[in-house]
Amino acid sequence: MINSSSDNVKKLNSINRRMFITGSVKFFIMIGLVSRLFFLQVKENKKYLTLSDKNRIREWKLAPVRGEFHDYFGNVIAGNFEAYQLHIIPEQVEDFRYVIYRIKDLLELSDKEFKRIIKKKNEIKSWETLIVSDNLSWKKFSKINNHLYDLNGVKPVISISRNYPFGSNFTHVIGYVSQANEQDIENNEAIKKNFVPGLKIGKVGLEKSFEKQLIGSNDIERYEVNAYGRRISQLEFQKGEKGKSLRLTVDTKVQQLSNELLKDQAGSICVMDIYTGEVIAMHSSPSFDPNLFVFGISQDDWQIIRNDPMKPLVNKTLQGNYSPGSTIKPIVALSALENGIINTNFTVNCRGHKHPLELYGQTYHCWKKQGHGFMNLRNAMKQSCDTYFYEIARKLGVDRLSETAKKFGLGKEVFGNLFNIEKKGLIPSTQWKKNALGQSWVLGETVITGIGQGYIQTTPIQLCLMTAQIANGGYKIYPKIVMDDKNKVSPIDKFTPLYKNSKNIKIVQDAMFASTNEVRGTSYRSRIDDPKYQFAGKTGTAQVKKITERDRELDLKTFQIPYEERDHALYIAYGPYKNPRYAVSILVEHGGNGSTTAAPMAKKLFKTIIDRHQLRESINNKKYLDI
Amino acid sequence: MYQHNRLTTNNFNFFSKLANFDYVLMACILLLGFISLATMYSTDGGKILFHTKSHFTKLIVFTIMMLIFSFINIKFWFSIGYFFYIIIIGLLIWTYLFGIKSSGSQRWIDLYFINLQPSELMKICIILCLAKYFHRMKLENVNSLYAILSSLIIILLPMGLVIVQPDLGTSLLISISGLAVLWFAGINHKYFIYTMIGFLISLPFIISFLKPYQKLRVLTFLNPDRDPLGAGYQIIQSKIAVGSGGIFGKGFLKGTQSYLEFLPEKHTDFIFTLFSEEFGFIGSVFLLLIYAIIIYRIVAIGAQSRSYFAKLFCYSFAASIFVYITINMSMVLGLLPIVGSPLPIMSYGGSSMLATMIGFGIVMSAKVHNQQSIA
Repeated sequence: MINSSSDNVKKLNSINRRMFITGSVKFFIMIGLVSRLFFLQVKENKKYLTLSDKNRIREWKLAPVRGEFHDYFGNVIAGNFEAYQLHIIPEQVEDFRYVIYRIKDLLELSDKEFKRIIKKKNEIKSWETLIVSDNLSWKKFSKINNHLYDLNGVKPVISISRNYPFGSNFTHVIGYVSQANEQDIENNEAIKKNFVPGLKIGKVGLEKSFEKQLIGSNDIERYEVNAYGRRISQLEFQKGEKGKSLRLTVDTKVQQLSNELLKDQAGSICVMDIYTGEVIAMHSSPSFDPNLFVFGISQDDWQIIRNDPMKPLVNKTLQGNYSPGSTIKPIVALSALENGIINTNFTVNCRGHKHPLELYGQTYHCWKKQGHGFMNLRNAMKQSCDTYFYEIARKLGVDRLSETAKKFGLGKEVFGNLFNIEKKGLIPSTQWKKNALGQSWVLGETVITGIGQGYIQTTPIQLCLMTAQIANGGYKIYPKIVMDDKNKVSPIDKFTPLYKNSKNIKIVQDAMFASTNEVRGTSYRSRIDDPKYQFAGKTGTAQVKKITERDRELDLKTFQIPYEERDHALYIAYGPYKNPRYAVSILVEHGGNGSTTAAPMAKKLFKTIIDRHQLRESINNKKYLDI
Repeated sequence: MYQHNRLTTNNFNFFSKLANFDYVLMACILLLGFISLATMYSTDGGKILFHTKSHFTKLIVFTIMMLIFSFINIKFWFSIGYFFYIIIIGLLIWTYLFGIKSSGSQRWIDLYFINLQPSELMKICIILCLAKYFHRMKLENVNSLYAILSSLIIILLPMGLVIVQPDLGTSLLISISGLAVLWFAGINHKYFIYTMIGFLISLPFIISFLKPYQKLRVLTFLNPDRDPLGAGYQIIQSKIAVGSGGIFGKGFLKGTQSYLEFLPEKHTDFIFTLFSEEFGFIGSVFLLLIYAIIIYRIVAIGAQSRSYFAKLFCYSFAASIFVYITINMSMVLGLLPIVGSPLPIMSYGGSSMLATMIGFGIVMSAKVHNQQSIA
């Protein structure tokens, strides 16, 4: 018993000692837990609070409202309209199958469209919005609204979308919008920032160039969401800003007229103010309806546009490299005068096809079979005598010619980098040929350059700028198409003279006047006698293929030649002659002959342009008054 | 001597028992029960739904059970020690053979009115059994090979049965409870040190035997960001919840992490996270304080007890409760890898609460009968 009680004492001592050790350990571990809590909840609280907000707050961006395009007079040429859409949130629909078949009947959806919708429904989460239709007609929209009692969970929605009220008229100026793809998002910071699924962005033209200003900013909705992404409650709504609207220099009436003139023909018309460089109209034909692209173009429509032999997708005004033909002659003449090669009395005898110019075994014919006879500069320009220009080009040399041509805006982009599609054209020189082709220049090439054939290539907008700069007395201008582009500083060399002697410009202007307004002038038939509308111009006929001896013998009329082999018809002009203000360049692809196809268009154009001049000025004056 | 007389007689009348009751402990348990109920109400999104109702029922039933247990003489608990152990071992075998399979493990048995998890009961039962085993043993015999081996068998048998379920967390907790008794019974501390060293050396080998999901847990613990939406999700979200609570918490029913369902297992193992998010640092420390008082009271009851069995049981039970709390909290605070271990009373789960309440009942019985000696 004593033994056992002493054992008991030992046991008690042991257990109490160990309890004390355990208690101390427990105490320190408790301290550890509390300090961990302190670390997480007090010291790192901010970090975890942010993380928790990041967890629970989700932003939804809504598509921004795009800025509009206005013409010079403030008419909307690319605006926004309210698109009627139909949305469904699948989880809010009791019987999805019933509702979707009901909608199919009401909207008369094709099986293909129906399948697409079902596929889309299966891809999204049940609380996300399913867009059944993004652009309903009013009739169908109201039909749906009438049946809403039967369509639980279906939401008719009015959304803002791009609209081009003038259809295909401005396509090659402003371009079109369509859904942004991955590349667009990658390449443009503004798109990346404002991107929402279904966002429409500019794909070509000014819509693309001015994306940053047009796009605007998103409305932002902040929602509290749960772990599965379902919205629980709205916390905030932040209104976005509408994109900046741009006023263009173009005149809708003139643009529409250009569209009519080139109807069913391939070609280009541009009209420019010769002092301000404002582009009044810029059209490339054929065009296409940009509205087709807004909600994604259908495969059929796309194939029609893509496979059109007249290539509607090509902007011929900016992208078309064409031989200028005789429209280069004013520059050749000016260059010869400026360099003192000829004077107004210099004469060449044109003796027709029997006695062509011969150089190193090559013959160079004038277009006129019988020949023009003795020609001075004024007559040669008036009747567009090729032999005369062969001769002065030979004397001038290609390098001096190219220098003058480049001065007047040929061989480089007219709008700088405004349109990324714009082509440079080509003004050849001996140096260029050596660099590009590795061959030396041949005299014969100089000769044909003198009538705008051979290597030389220009775009219609370049020809228009060239004409404008001749018409304004030889001063440099910078064409523009957007009015209030404040970022752009006016270049210093604006209105600097491009001539050595202003008399030479006068001589060329006078020769161009003769070409249109005097008997035997190539565009005499398209003249307007009324001094108010009287204009001066130069025709051009650019060969698409080399004229063989056989062709020359056959001497076929235009309509007898296959379309692809017909010459391009060109015409450049400015007016009114007495007090010039506007320059025009016209190109009709495979139009046959400059004087018969292109020049008559200029007549109609000038009537309209000059009639509208007063109106244009008054708008301008009013603007100044406002300030 | 009256007192002597009282000590030798086993006559405790009801009122003297009531007077002997530990009201501090009782108050703490009730307070904890109330807090757990409020938290459960919050996990249900501020509505009285299934979890809250069920938790409430269990709390009431088990608290009454605890009170009844506390009036049963401590001698009775001593006497059923082995029997209880054998019953639970039987249940564990039953579980192994006929248990309910759910999500890859077999931990439950269907008792028709309740689904029971015997491994949870084993946590308390092993303490009872070992305390009885060491009660009569002389101190010099405790470190005999025979005693050590048989006590190890008592621990390893249920451990093995639980590991095969598979439930590594609970089996570890069972072994820790058992080892706590061995420690208090006076097993040479060298053995503990050797075992620890042996364990550390063999750790790499143990890891290579772990199941893939268990390895993943260890890896995730070491770097939760390696798979933030997969295996690391729980621990990251849990830390965010606790950390975003701040000093004063987001307020009752305003814990965004739990309300918006970012928290996993918020009813059970991660209940502390929710509590901590809503009540902040102050609330968490308060909760820890309640646990500390409970543990302190249990230890104090052990110290006051006359019988060695009661002492052994109370100390070991207090140590086990402490370990459960520490492991659970360390786990949700990102200090330990995720092992399934509930927070006593707070976590939803009947078996765990039952086991804890049985423990409290026995402790309370030890308090009420603290002058009772056991031969």
